Amino acid sequence: MYSVLAAASAVESIKDAINTICQPAPFLIIAVVGLALFLAGYRTITRPPVAAALGALAVLAFLVSCLDSDFFLIISKADNVPIVMMMFAVGFFLWLAFRQAAVNDHAIETGRPLFEAGSDDKVLVWPDLVYIELIALVLCTALLNVWAILLKAPLEQPADPSTAPNPAKAPWYFLGLQEMLVYFDPWLAGVVLPGLIILGLIAIPYIDKNPRGNGYYTFKERPFAIATFLVGFVILWVLLIIFGTFLRGPNWNFFGPYEFWDMHRPAALVNTEFHDLFWINLMGRALPEHYLLRELPGIVLLGAYFALGPPLLRLVFFRKMYRQMGFIRFSVMSILLLVMLLMPIKMVLRWTLNLHYIVGITEWFFNV
Amino acid sequence: MLARFGNWVREGQVWGSIFRHGVPRDRRTRAMAILSNVFLHLHPVAIRKSGIRLSFTWCMGGLTFFLFLVEVVTGVLLMFYYRPVVEYAYFDIQGLGAHVTLGLMRELHRWGAHAMIIAIWLHMLRVFLTGSYKPPREFNWSVGVILLVLTMLLSFTGYLLPWDQLAMWAITVGSNMARATPGVGTEGPMSSFIQIGGVPLVHAGDDARFGLLAGTFVGPNALLRFYVLHCVFIPVVVTVLLAVHFWRIRKDGGISGPL
Ligand code: HEM
Repeated sequence: MYSVLAAASAVESIKDAINTICQPAPFLIIAVVGLALFLAGYRTITRPPVAAALGALAVLAFLVSCLDSDFFLIISKADNVPIVMMMFAVGFFLWLAFRQAAVNDHAIETGRPLFEAGSDDKVLVWPDLVYIELIALVLCTALLNVWAILLKAPLEQPADPSTAPNPAKAPWYFLGLQEMLVYFDPWLAGVVLPGLIILGLIAIPYIDKNPRGNGYYTFKERPFAIATFLVGFVILWVLLIIFGTFLRGPNWNFFGPYEFWDMHRPAALVNTEFHDLFWINLMGRALPEHYLLRELPGIVLLGAYFALGPPLLRLVFFRKMYRQMGFIRFSVMSILLLVMLLMPIKMVLRWTLNLHYIVGITEWFFNV
Repeated sequence: MLARFGNWVREGQVWGSIFRHGVPRDRRTRAMAILSNVFLHLHPVAIRKSGIRLSFTWCMGGLTFFLFLVEVVTGVLLMFYYRPVVEYAYFDIQGLGAHVTLGLMRELHRWGAHAMIIAIWLHMLRVFLTGSYKPPREFNWSVGVILLVLTMLLSFTGYLLPWDQLAMWAITVGSNMARATPGVGTEGPMSSFIQIGGVPLVHAGDDARFGLLAGTFVGPNALLRFYVLHCVFIPVVVTVLLAVHFWRIRKDGGISGPL
């Protein structure tokens, strides 16, 4: 009897520990470190036995977690099931890509042909490709049907403009953007940043002048491009969707995976403005009357970030890349990079200083 | 017996009028099979060996296309049943679940849409990791990005149609963003400067959100607008862009491979 109780309390304390780790700050830091380790050790980590062990561990952790009722309640919501699939799919395909990259990078170093070599060997589309397509089509149809039979499409209460659900969530594929709303005002999180994501994606082929790594898997030949893309895709997109779907509850509070979604936990207060920090704490005087003067320090800071950022990046990190890209490409690339980094910067400022706005001209809705 | 019947069919006038080539057994007839069929003609006749390896493309582009077709077929079937009017929309969807024996169309359509979004992201990831956006495929990558945006908008506009709480509030959260568009949203930066003699030109009755919802809230006009966008406008644009996308894959030298 006693040992059962002890085991139960041990399980509870493990859950509590995981709940604590799964707060935004530790979770994101772990994810960034994890991605960095993966990129540093991809040749070892993707070796089939290692990868299989890691994959099995992830599946096991997931299955064990399903025993927890709060966890199971969230992941088994019909609309959330695809997101669970996506998590595992992203993991699997990252492995598949980096395994081939590891093989190729080794081949390049030792002067042997690439995995994709023999690219001039052609095969006929009929039958080779047409049959693959046919088999894929049949398999996918079958899979989709099984999925549709097992899982009913949800239908909630009829739409009612007068009762808002709490939390009110955007469709799941926009939850990364909704997570940005925690850190930025809607004009940035909902309009400008998504617009820049689209423009930035379109710009990729025109600013990446690295001629290597065209048409085969590699990491070593284009580490900067791939690492940047993965930070954007895995951390700032997929991980934020996971946050938004599984960990954001009532009042947009953050809940650990084994935590009950308590309706009564008040929304987090965010109340430190950069102008307060500067004028009151640093200068020791009252806020200036005029809003432009009041926000001047924030505007200068932000201006300096975007004006000095590109030349600094060029001098410190990217001398060679600058020569390859030229002024315009490099400027576009570094501005996009700085915009992307604005998100983690704002996150860290929020966690450490509880900072609300760097520039807060609420009079114009111009808040950053 | 069966073989004789098969031969009889294949030698008859009907078969011969549809398929102009013989059984695809040798190089020439196999090439003809691709060339003389408008659908298969999306492919080249011969293709790089590495291009058809599953571990290279993950078949993700093809899967995205397949799921798009699933959405078209199931979507047309749903359109027979569903009326985009506030009075009926919810109950049509409810009836679909309650009255249609073995009805799966709504499930197929919804899960297919989710799967398509995941597939298109993975397709983009694959194209990025193989560096397949590099010359000469820059433009096709850009076409792809537009397809990505349109796919997500397709899903977004469809999300409203069941007209339940989930739908209405998800679209409310999403469309509230438009209010903050710089210059053209009532709560966007700079919008308050757009005025004539103190009369603001950008207000709740004409801003970007109003344009999206055809009203100041998610109501009947928004439902109709989203329905038309979802069932007609965006799918047509996607179809056109898909034609461009596939055409350019061929014109850019087929699936990428080491140079
Ligand atoms: C509705 C969405 C889309 C469909 C149906 C689609 C379909 C396809 C298909 C069937 C291929 C052939 C190779 C493969 O399967 O990987 C392909 C290749 C390609 N796709 Fe897409 N695609 C879509 C969206 C995108 C997106 C979002 C991007 C990038 C942002 C993109 C960029 C490309 C490029 C650059 C190629 C050539 C790859 C190569 O030559 O290796 N496509 N697409």
